[in-house]
Amino acid sequence: MNRERVRILVVDDEEIVRESLSGWLERDGYTVATAQDGASALARLHGERWSIMLVDMKMPGMDGLQVLEEARKIQPEVTAVIMTAYATVDTAVTAMKLGAYDYLVKPFDPEELSLMIQKIVSQQALVRENVLLRKVLKREYHFRDLVSKNAAMQKVFDLARTAARSNSTILVLGESGTGKEVVARAIHAESPRAVGPFVAVSCAALTETLLESELFGHERGAFTGAVARQRGKFEAAHRGTLFLDEIGDITPKLQLDLLRVLEDRRFTRVGGTEAIEVDVRIIAATNRDLQRAVAEGAFREDLFYRLNVIPIHLPPLRDRKEDVPLLIDDLLEKLSVEMGRHIEGVSHDAMAVLMAHDWPGNVRELRNALERAAVVAAGTIIQAGDLGLVKPSTPTEAAAEQLGTLESVERQHIQTVLEHTRGNITQAARILDIDRVTLYNKIKKYRLREIESA
Amino acid sequence: MHDILVWWIGAQAADEAAMEVLRQRVEDVFEWPATCWHDERRPTGTYDAGRGQHLSTAMLRWLNSHRPHDAARVVGVTDVDLFIPILTFVYGEAQLGGHCAVVSSARLGSLTLPMQRQLTLGRLVKEAVHELGHTFGLVHCRDGECVMSRSPSLASVDAKHGTLCGDCRLIYLEKAASLGTPYE
Ligand SMILES: Nc1ncnc2c1ncn2[C@@H]1O[C@H](COP(=O)(O)OP(=O)(O)OP(=O)(O)O)[C@@H](O)[C@H]1O
Ligand SMILES: [Mg+2]
Ligand SMILES: [Zn+2]
Ligand SMILES: [Zn+2]
Repeated sequence: MNRERVRILVVDDEEIVRESLSGWLERDGYTVATAQDGASALARLHGERWSIMLVDMKMPGMDGLQVLEEARKIQPEVTAVIMTAYATVDTAVTAMKLGAYDYLVKPFDPEELSLMIQKIVSQQALVRENVLLRKVLKREYHFRDLVSKNAAMQKVFDLARTAARSNSTILVLGESGTGKEVVARAIHAESPRAVGPFVAVSCAALTETLLESELFGHERGAFTGAVARQRGKFEAAHRGTLFLDEIGDITPKLQLDLLRVLEDRRFTRVGGTEAIEVDVRIIAATNRDLQRAVAEGAFREDLFYRLNVIPIHLPPLRDRKEDVPLLIDDLLEKLSVEMGRHIEGVSHDAMAVLMAHDWPGNVRELRNALERAAVVAAGTIIQAGDLGLVKPSTPTEAAAEQLGTLESVERQHIQTVLEHTRGNITQAARILDIDRVTLYNKIKKYRLREIESA
Repeated sequence: MHDILVWWIGAQAADEAAMEVLRQRVEDVFEWPATCWHDERRPTGTYDAGRGQHLSTAMLRWLNSHRPHDAARVVGVTDVDLFIPILTFVYGEAQLGGHCAVVSSARLGSLTLPMQRQLTLGRLVKEAVHELGHTFGLVHCRDGECVMSRSPSLASVDAKHGTLCGDCRLIYLEKAASLGTPYE
């Protein structure tokens, strides 16, 4: 990438620092500007796009942290590094919380500064690629809240779009976490019923009696505790969609009740006599093998056919690995909003780990893994170490690792920590609780620098 | 005259043999005559007692005001430890597109220990050529073997060759053309 396009803003009240740092950066071919205080820095942020900000901690007027806080509001995508003459962990932690990428203690170690800038630049290049990819894919691979480029899933999207226009009952099948509920919601949103309610009931969560009253409502005094008349979910879903989740878990009695409602579209509240008619579209879902349950006599065959009017099968994530990068992008965007923390993407290494994983818990597991990683990630890019997914290792490898020499364990550990800090020596030394010089010597001894920058 | 001047400005006595090697390499790389400049004056006001090092920027300022004005470029060579305010140390510094450069052997090894002399001198030559490259307007090169690549550690100094890569040489020749022909 053209280095002139990397625009660096140096904010420091000392002229000598501004001059010496901007001179140093310009020699790498970057475009550099300086600001002598917070106010002029913010003015420059309003006026132009910046890639990196190096901000002094201690300045008269606005201090570095305040500048950081304001800067995030103006240009959240700028990578900010705090410069401080006082190496306090507090400052660093506060700076990180405010979204700083890292911090540097003055005077800087030339190698550390050099590596840090290189890392930031290459990560930003990666993010830009992702953003481009994101824009292209947004259009092609979406159905409401769902994303997928997998052929089978594309057929699901088509089927769901068509089915949405009808009133037919839909049965969504798939392993846990494959997106059955999202599909149900998407169908509702796409249907003429979208203005009406979407009501979801989990059939597995309640006892038979409670579920019965939950679905159909009850009259006052129908059972102990029924102090008032209560409308059920069927009524609540009138003119809308009723999502019966985990339908495979209901008892034989309820199976029969449900069959009746589906047949004549009318029911009575528990303890009542009045027949209530509702206009409801039913979408049922289960992660069980219903056909087998029917064969084994655990599920009524007539109910199965009533439900299975339009079956939609969601393939497990391990059978559509090509969706993993897309889903990561989509989920991170949603998580960023939910968590109020900007996460731009995952590193190459992290992506490799995510692609290699088997995902027994499907998209939900992926979402949870990313959420956990987003919490522990030091910067805005999730690293492999943030994921907490153990790489599948062969037994011999594992055994050899366990039986490794003290040196090999030390080397491995230092490497892991360096990967975690993305090569930041100061941070790594702090985590390892050794001084920087010692760490440098170990890096040299184990030739970790070569590996790390390879 | 219009030569590139190699000027020993160190605390110890000049290492004439080393300066001659350096002069020759500079002449070869830049394809421009270089001369060892014998001048007993030494920079003043560059020492920072707080850091126990010399401010390289101040050295450049001194060189610029004391250099012979018809020199094409001047590279000051010293044995004192150099720094700029934001960094713990520098091997050298130059005025980007200006006239002066300075390099120090302080962190490159020892010129007096016979075992280290060759390696240290090789490093000093690379850094001198690198800083002179800056005075010709060259910025850092991403080719890790090019003398113009950034070398913030001895490992990276050792990893690069003492010459300009093809791209940097072309850029240099273009800039040098504006200085006229040296060998007339
Ligand atoms: N194709 C998809 N695109 C985007 N997000 C998805 C997709 N599929 C699933 N998700 C997300 O994965 C998570 C799990 O989805 P959902 O709750 O619909 O799964 P489920 O199949 O109903 O699981 P369970 O059987 O355990 O109830 C949700 O956070 C959902 O937003
Ligand atoms: Mg579900
Ligand atoms: Zn340089
Ligand atoms: Zn080059």
